[in-house]
Amino acid sequence: MQISKREGISKSKAMLIRLIAIVVALIICAIVIFLIVNLNPIKVYISMFNGAFGTNKRMWVTLRDMSMLTCIAIGLAPAFKMRFWNIGAEGQMLVGAISAAYFMITFSGRMNPIILMICMIIGSLAMGAIWGLIPGFFKAKWNTNETLFTLMMNYIAIQCTSFCVSLWENPPGSNSVGTINATGANKYVGWIGNLLSKGYNKDYGILLLITIFLAIFVYIYLKYTKHGFEIAVVGDSENTARYAGIRVDKVYIRTMALSGALCGLAGFLAVSSVSHTISTDTANGRGFTAIIVAWLAKMNPFIMIIISLLLAFLDKGSVQIASEFGLNEYVSKIITGIILLFILGSEFFINYQVSFKKIKKDGGK
Amino acid sequence: MSIAIEVKNITKRFGSVVANSNISFSLSNGEIVALLGENGSGKTTLMNMVSGIYRPDEGQIFVDGKEVEIHSPKDAINLKIGMIHQHFKLVDIFSAAENIILGLEGDKGKLNMQKVNKDVKEIASKYGFDIDPNKKIYDMSISEKQTVEIVKVLYRGADILILDEPTAVLTPQETSKLFAIMKNMKQDNKAIIIITHKLNEVLEVSDRVAILRKGEYIGDMETKKASQQSLTDMMVGKAVSLNIDRPTSENKVERIKVEHLTVKNAEGVKMLSGVTFSANGGEILGIAGIAGSGQKELLESIAGLQHLEDGSKISYIPVDEKEINLVGLDPLEILNQGILLSFVPEDRFGMGLVGSMNITQNIMLRSYNKGKSPMVDFNEPKKIATKIVNDLEVVTPDIDKTPIRRLSGGNVQKVLVGREIEFNPRVLMTAYAVRGLDINTSYTIYNLLTAQKMKGVAVIYVGEDLDVLLELCDRILVLCGGEVSGIVDAKSITKEEVGLLMTKVGGGK
Amino acid sequence: MFGFISSFSTLLHSAIIFGTVIMLGAIGEIVTEKSGNLNLGVPGIMYMGAIAGLASTFMYENVYCANLGIQANDFLCVIICLGSTFLASALGGLLFSFLTITLRANQNVTGLTLTILGSGIGNFFGGSLNKLAGGVGQVSVNNTSRIFRLYSNKMVEALDSVTGSFKLGTLFFSYGFLTYVAIILAILILLYLNKTRMGLSLRAVGENTATADATGINVTLYKYLATCIGAGISGLGGIYYIMVYIKGTWENQGTIEALGWLAVALVIFATWRTVRTIWGAYLFGMLYWAYFYIPGLTRSSQEIFKMAPYLVTIFVLLMVSMRKKKESQPPGSLGSAYFREER
Repeated sequence: MQISKREGISKSKAMLIRLIAIVVALIICAIVIFLIVNLNPIKVYISMFNGAFGTNKRMWVTLRDMSMLTCIAIGLAPAFKMRFWNIGAEGQMLVGAISAAYFMITFSGRMNPIILMICMIIGSLAMGAIWGLIPGFFKAKWNTNETLFTLMMNYIAIQCTSFCVSLWENPPGSNSVGTINATGANKYVGWIGNLLSKGYNKDYGILLLITIFLAIFVYIYLKYTKHGFEIAVVGDSENTARYAGIRVDKVYIRTMALSGALCGLAGFLAVSSVSHTISTDTANGRGFTAIIVAWLAKMNPFIMIIISLLLAFLDKGSVQIASEFGLNEYVSKIITGIILLFILGSEFFINYQVSFKKIKKDGGK
Repeated sequence: MSIAIEVKNITKRFGSVVANSNISFSLSNGEIVALLGENGSGKTTLMNMVSGIYRPDEGQIFVDGKEVEIHSPKDAINLKIGMIHQHFKLVDIFSAAENIILGLEGDKGKLNMQKVNKDVKEIASKYGFDIDPNKKIYDMSISEKQTVEIVKVLYRGADILILDEPTAVLTPQETSKLFAIMKNMKQDNKAIIIITHKLNEVLEVSDRVAILRKGEYIGDMETKKASQQSLTDMMVGKAVSLNIDRPTSENKVERIKVEHLTVKNAEGVKMLSGVTFSANGGEILGIAGIAGSGQKELLESIAGLQHLEDGSKISYIPVDEKEINLVGLDPLEILNQGILLSFVPEDRFGMGLVGSMNITQNIMLRSYNKGKSPMVDFNEPKKIATKIVNDLEVVTPDIDKTPIRRLSGGNVQKVLVGREIEFNPRVLMTAYAVRGLDINTSYTIYNLLTAQKMKGVAVIYVGEDLDVLLELCDRILVLCGGEVSGIVDAKSITKEEVGLLMTKVGGGK
Repeated sequence: MFGFISSFSTLLHSAIIFGTVIMLGAIGEIVTEKSGNLNLGVPGIMYMGAIAGLASTFMYENVYCANLGIQANDFLCVIICLGSTFLASALGGLLFSFLTITLRANQNVTGLTLTILGSGIGNFFGGSLNKLAGGVGQVSVNNTSRIFRLYSNKMVEALDSVTGSFKLGTLFFSYGFLTYVAIILAILILLYLNKTRMGLSLRAVGENTATADATGINVTLYKYLATCIGAGISGLGGIYYIMVYIKGTWENQGTIEALGWLAVALVIFATWRTVRTIWGAYLFGMLYWAYFYIPGLTRSSQEIFKMAPYLVTIFVLLMVSMRKKKESQPPGSLGSAYFREER
């Protein structure tokens, strides 16, 4: 067996390979489901589809989850394009969420709701930027391992969140913040959907719009701006960047601040449009899943939307089959895991060529 | 003396390039043979086949009279062949002794470092090495690392040793120490091949000289009967007429002035020392020298990519203006000062281009930052890309999709040189601009450089083919071991004279 | 003063139990990382090990033996539990190896995916087990958990009576056997890495894969073995949590995941040296539990305290990168795939 690097596989062929991987993974999942619950897998998939898109509300919830995941993945894109392993989206998102919740809790009723919303957005961007900038700075300065640094920053953010949750506990003793501004004089202040009128599809609709806007913004930023160009050069070769007159340190720090800020914004969205509360589950592992999304999408925001949709569908679908067939909801994580592993493995067949011809014996005979 | 190793009719091709053509050659026990040849003459390729890195396309190898097949470095070691590569293969955080025994079975897997240390010391004292088995590699100088590599090979029981340009990185003192050791190993009946292009060393250490030129075996002679002159003749061959146009430009003006330039590498070794010269507009200044004599550092110093030692002076003299001091400026600052300095670096993908980007984006690398807009302008680079592709006949499927890495070497280089020329430089520096290119592309590049010269640009051309240097350039600066060993007029000097300057350590002033 | 000493020794006691979980996780990850593989799937692997060990003992103790109406064999309990834990986690490692070594998938992404998969498997089957046993927190493998926490009462009491309020007996000898196995493992692996030829080769693979390959070391084999065995050891951390920390039941709280990341942090803190994980783990445990013993802390400030292990780890990471001491750096080839033809 001989393995060689393959250059320039056509896009359609690459897509086909990925598609095959997903189909094979779905078949494997079907077998797993069959083994566990002994049910007709086709029926299971139909009810999964039902669970994700069956009703108007379910569809919006699926779109909501898709948007959240995409937002974080989009935030990671600039860092990954620079080959900077930002594993810290979870934390950057959480500090953004903390900041948003802080403004909502502290300034509701003391500030014009529009100005409050602007403060929430700016605060989240700034907090996320700081959280991203710290590892970026040390990477630029001392080449500190960014994977491990950003990973640790996640847990500091989680503890900060726990701290804030117990600080803002409502009602006391519940160990949760509860829905912020659900009732009373400040009803719906800080809820992004309230900018129009109330309803989950308004909240989630705005979230979807913002996601699409962010996708376009980051796509253009990476592809058509000078900053984006610098990021791509630094990611490919620091030496070339220096040769071309690019200040590598500056690009590292700037890009990580941006990446963190966008993840912080995702935190704002999680509070303002999705949950209207804050807890350590606000991020709920999405910061990690988004890493996989961004990587598989090769940093293209529009492909991120597709992959996120697939994952949101799997997640919501699994929750449905779980309740319908009496499984527990964690089955969704298993299915997600298996599918992701298959897509990851399929990349090999896109990047490498495997041929089974016997190695020719050479030499002068 | 019995024959230790013999190769017969070895041929090796890389794609269409024939690196070794029908080479036959032998080595006896207790003999030191110097394998001599210019860069790219196929010395390292030949030895890589003996040590199991490459497989020959044709030909046979005999060890101790028996035909063998060498598939891997491990096979080579089992046949008692050991090669000391130019780039050391050592684990940085391990001690010398740990590196020496790495991968060996040893007694029942236990790591008896005391015994290893003893064995290492034994080898060291037998041949006169100076080695501390417990010293970590990262604490070592280059010559110490080389010692570890040699001991590593001896520890594995090698009887045939191949040293690939071992002196390229050594000081004269370290070199003579190494030669003493080589002579000790010869006394011990080891067979030794030393790859080099330094004539004085050949004469000092070897018993016999074998000469390769452009992939072919030219012949051998006993060192006793050889002289620097006769070896140079064999190595460089007869002067070949290339018919490169060399018009003379009327108005030569000084553009770049370099004085007392000294540069150290990361290990603190002097790569350039006290280099002084000037480059003039309307002139091609050739830089000749054996690979690694400081060419890379010289060009990178001017481009603002090297840290210079105190006392170094580099200045740029613009038209009708005060000269600008380049020391301490990085490439961005040089650009912002309005200095039109173009640089075609040796490492095309590691420095000059971004392999994963298309032609247009690579053209942008120089100009993307123009203007105040935060967006990059694709139109202008696209026009330039189209122009370069048309003018230089770059073969490419498109200019804005295919990553440049997928183009052939010649086309990649045309894009790189084309871009640097489109920059409208006042100074144009090129490093090995025609390396790996076919004849036609090479001539395209020569003509481009000459055209630039006629436009009044100061061209600096670092090259390895002496025939080209002699016909293309107006003056030639010869570097040897980081020092200038001569600045000569290209029209009146002979190839042999340049060859001698290249191999004369510290001399010629 | 005596009050302080006794509360300190109870703190240390809980720190040691807490620390052993992450210590086992970290030791396994060090073995893996020494081969150049950065497996961020440690939490997932600990989940897999935990659920496999729990489920198999549950099947043996609560189903097989209960149906036959016989007493579960103590020895078999331990063997079944540890064996299935190790196997399941090593299988997780094998999955990681296959994807990253053979298929050359990105290590970070593969590891994170493995964490998702592992926590899914763990919680899914854990939840199912609970349901099988009659409700949340109902699954309980009393006998096995008892064996895992068994220690010699006599010895502890004897020592305690001699040392008064220091209670050295409780402090040193009141833990289940796996606590001591972890310490011994840490020492044994240190000896293996530094005193054997295979250990030297393994370190070379992680430091400079190309050089190791050139000296004839079977790089792929070493990477596979180190990753699988490392995963197996990490998995033991998971079962220690189940059997000792929460005494033989299952909870879907995500604690194993948090501890798994703490194990990754501990690897950095120990600067890739197994013996340093011993006191590092206990220190992490003390930092984690310290809030419990510091008077006057509100519940919110307790949360701030729990940050300490991560802050300390970041500090170590910064120190390591600033001082650039070669021995403290991560293995040189950590995180990068190796493809011989790409030299």
